[in-house]
Order: sequence, then C-alpha cells, then structure tokens
Amino acid sequence: MGKAKKDIDDRFKKFGTVGFTATTKVNDFVTHLEEGKVTGTRCKNCGKSYFPPRADCSRCLNSEMEWFPVEGNGKLVTFSRLSFGPAGFKEDIPYTIAVVDYGDYKVFGRIADGIDEGELSVGMEMTTRANRLPNGQLNYVFEKA
Amino acid sequence: MKKAAIIGVGQSTFVRSYPGSIRELAFEGFKEAMKDAGLTSDQIDASVVCSAPEYDKQRSPAGVFAEYLGLNPGPTFYVETLCSSSSTGLRLAYSLVASGLHETVAVIGFQKMSEISSAESQERMGRGADIQWESPFGTMMPAYYAMYARGHMEAYGTSLEDLAAIRVKAATYGQLNDRAVYRKPVTADMFNDPENMMSNPVASPLRVGDCCANADGSSCIIVASAEKAKAVCDKPVWILGLGAASAPVNLAGRDVFNGLDVARRAADQAYRMAGVGPKDIDVAEVHDCFTIAEMMAYEDLGFAERGQGKELIRAKATYQDGEIPVNIDGGLLSKGHPIGATGGSQIRTIVLQLRGEAGQIQVKNPRIGLVHNIGGVGLYGNVTILGI
Repeated sequence: MGKAKKDIDDRFKKFGTVGFTATTKVNDFVTHLEEGKVTGTRCKNCGKSYFPPRADCSRCLNSEMEWFPVEGNGKLVTFSRLSFGPAGFKEDIPYTIAVVDYGDYKVFGRIADGIDEGELSVGMEMTTRANRLPNGQLNYVFEKA
Repeated sequence: MKKAAIIGVGQSTFVRSYPGSIRELAFEGFKEAMKDAGLTSDQIDASVVCSAPEYDKQRSPAGVFAEYLGLNPGPTFYVETLCSSSSTGLRLAYSLVASGLHETVAVIGFQKMSEISSAESQERMGRGADIQWESPFGTMMPAYYAMYARGHMEAYGTSLEDLAAIRVKAATYGQLNDRAVYRKPVTADMFNDPENMMSNPVASPLRVGDCCANADGSSCIIVASAEKAKAVCDKPVWILGLGAASAPVNLAGRDVFNGLDVARRAADQAYRMAGVGPKDIDVAEVHDCFTIAEMMAYEDLGFAERGQGKELIRAKATYQDGEIPVNIDGGLLSKGHPIGATGGSQIRTIVLQLRGEAGQIQVKNPRIGLVHNIGGVGLYGNVTILGI
C-alpha cells in the first residue's frame, strides 16, 4: 500500500516561481525559507558542505547531514539578465540569474528585483536572503552587501 | 583494442519543421550514409540511436527505427547525452567494433524538435537544467551560456564584437551549405543596429545573433572494423582518439566560468589516445550552439592559449584558408541544432573534409580532423579525433 495522499510531505512544491519537484528528503529547506533562512547541508561524518542541500554525501557515502545557514557575504561570480523566459515565468521578465561564491560552496539563484543590471559587477559582495514571491511561492535572492 | 573506421556518413537537410514522421526523418540520414558506404541494411550488425528524449512522442525510438531501416533482427539501443548524443553514439559504436563484438555499426542521430507544440517546447526549455534547484528560478540555455560569456569577457577582455565576428564567420560558410537552416549573410553592423533582429537581447550579454536555432534533422555514421573497412571502402577515415567527460549539472558546482572543464578533459584524453596535439589538427568542427561556445572551444581545445581565442577570430585564423579552419560548414549557428543529430553532422563534415570531398568548403589537404560536441551547458563533452 502506498501512503495516503495527505501523508505525503510535498513541502518542496512551494520552492520557486514554478516548482518541478514536490518530494525530497531535504524538504526542511522550504520550512527554513518560510522562517526567513537559507540553508545548506553539511556531512556529519566528513564535514563537506553542500549547497544546494543534499540528503547524502557523495564523498563518504554517509547520509547523516546537518543544516547550516547561508550567511555573510559571497562574491558575485557571473550573472545574466533574461529578456525571455520559459513557460510560467513570463510575468517575471526581465530577471537576472547569478552565481555567488561563498568559498566553501557556491549558490545559484536570482538577483533581487529592483537591482538594475548596471549596478552589478563581477566580484562584488552579495548576500543571500529568503524571499516570498508574488504568487505565494518561496525562493531566495541575492542583494548587494 | 582493434582499430575502427568510419566508412559512411549522411545527414538530412536541417529544417525548421520536417514534414514527415521521425522514422522517415531518420531514413534520410541513414540512406545517404548507406549509399556512401555502399552497404545494404542486412550488412549492419547493430545500431545505436541517439536523441534527446524530451522531444520524442515515440517511446523507445530505436526499436521503431530498426524496423523501418531494415535493421532487424540486429540489436539496437538508444543513447542520450543531450546535444552530444550522437558523438556519444560514435564512442559506443567504436567500443562495440574495437572490442570485436560487432563488425559494422550504424550510429543514427535524430531530433524532430517540431514534434511537440511551441508551448510544450517552452515548458521543456524550463526543465533543461537541474529541475530541483535551478529551473524554479526560470532558467534557459542561452542564459547559462551567457553567464559563461560574462565570465570570459570579464577574465580576458573578450568583446561583444569578437562574439559577433564568430557569427559572421559562421554565416560566411552557412550560405554555401544547402543542408543548413540559416543561409543568409550576417554582418557585424547588424549587431549594432537596434532595428535588426540580430541585435535583440536574449540573455545578457548574448543577443539573437549569438544563438543557434532549433531544427529538425537526422544524421548517420557507419563504423566498421579495420578488416571490414579495408574490404569495402576506398577511403576509410580512422577513429584515432576519443575523449569524454561530465561536470556538475548545477552551476553552483562549477569552478570555472570562462571555459568548459568537460571539453578540456575530453580534449586531453583524445589527443593522448591519438598521439597528436592541437597543432596537428588540420580542420575542426566545434559545438557553436552560441558564439561564446566556439570562443571557449578555441581555448579548451588548445588552438589558442587561454584568453587568446579572440585573437584567432580577429586574425581570421579559423576561416577556410586560416591556420586552423573551424566550422567551415557554417556550424550550428547556420545549420541549426537538431539536438540528437548534431554530433553526427559534425562528424560527417570532418569525414568529407578528410576524404577531400567537401566541395566549396574543402580545406587544403587535411589529414587529421577534430570534432568537439558538448551536451547541455558543459554537462557532457565529447572530443573525437579522426584521420586518414
């Protein structure tokens, strides 16, 4: 017998303007976003840090992980402003995606709305914060430090 | 391992929308390759079918093609590594032949991107990355390569004019390729004219002119053992080197944003296996899905030092009569990019060049050629070295 539908932990469907994944072992990530925190996971055995968070460590094959907060400043590695978007993202256009480097790990995400492309430059300091989207979904965005 | 050679090559005309079914599309490339090899279907021992499955309505196309192409009861199977599927198919065919398991193997690449509606295609585009962690932000292929373009420009001072020059070169030769989708001339001025479509922004810093177009098409490569090749073929083209690598799908897992690690690794492997270096390559086909992709390929393959790719295009060294001719068939930028068929089309071009049968686009007396075929945004990379 499969689980009754109401028992399925599908919190992850709330992640992103459009979500493509409903169930994952790292569903707590979404609860952390609800609480205003962006989190990654760290292997309790070997200490390797992962972002995005993972349930399993590929280095030592351990599945005991602990959460850590993504906090402080990272460096903007690269970015691109989209003039077209896939289905479901047309309302968001234009928006900017980016990679920010925290040293131990990097974070892929979006630049906060309201930051003009001209204000951005590779190497600048950025922070990452949890964000609620106009459609009620959750994600995280980068802001100038 | 035994040696293996390419004894037949074929491709369909690449078009925006193919007016037939996928089995009929596959037949076009297959027929040309089989006529080229002088073989009939009963002489093919096994087949490898290559495409990106998200565009297919048909479940398990290999079985359908094997029947339509007359390849039953030989074994057939499907392989995919996105845009590099058919060069992965060549790698498998080489393994099957060099191991002695089969004598003659057909690698059939195809994609009918128009098989699905434009709305369905838009939806799939949104899933062209890590669907758990990237796609929820609204990602698209051009934006990923645009992030590499930004990285390259930042690190090396590569300019938008340098990228436009790559498209201008592609169009120079695309006009001569009757199998290409886009056959109009392109000038650098078009990129500076706001009224011209080429200059329209897609994902900064890339513009429409920096991007290749979707297409429908098929390709086919016939691989044979040395014994078989010598018996049936006047001009076998030998598979001298093969390299392949993978990289993290999520860009957060990447360390470098001014080149593709998979291409560097695959190139090293292929050069080592072939016992040659970048200076020995007489003609190359590289995966120019975007102008920046060709720029990075110059450096990842060692045709230029890191950061010096722009000097190659500025000096026109990658033109037909240049030091290292690259994409003299117009590249993906002109031909269009029917995902699963693209690698086979690149291989076909190099085989025709090495045989001296490339017509108007023939480069002078090439003996060693290279094919660089990338899947996703540097997710998969294959480099293949061929020689006569």
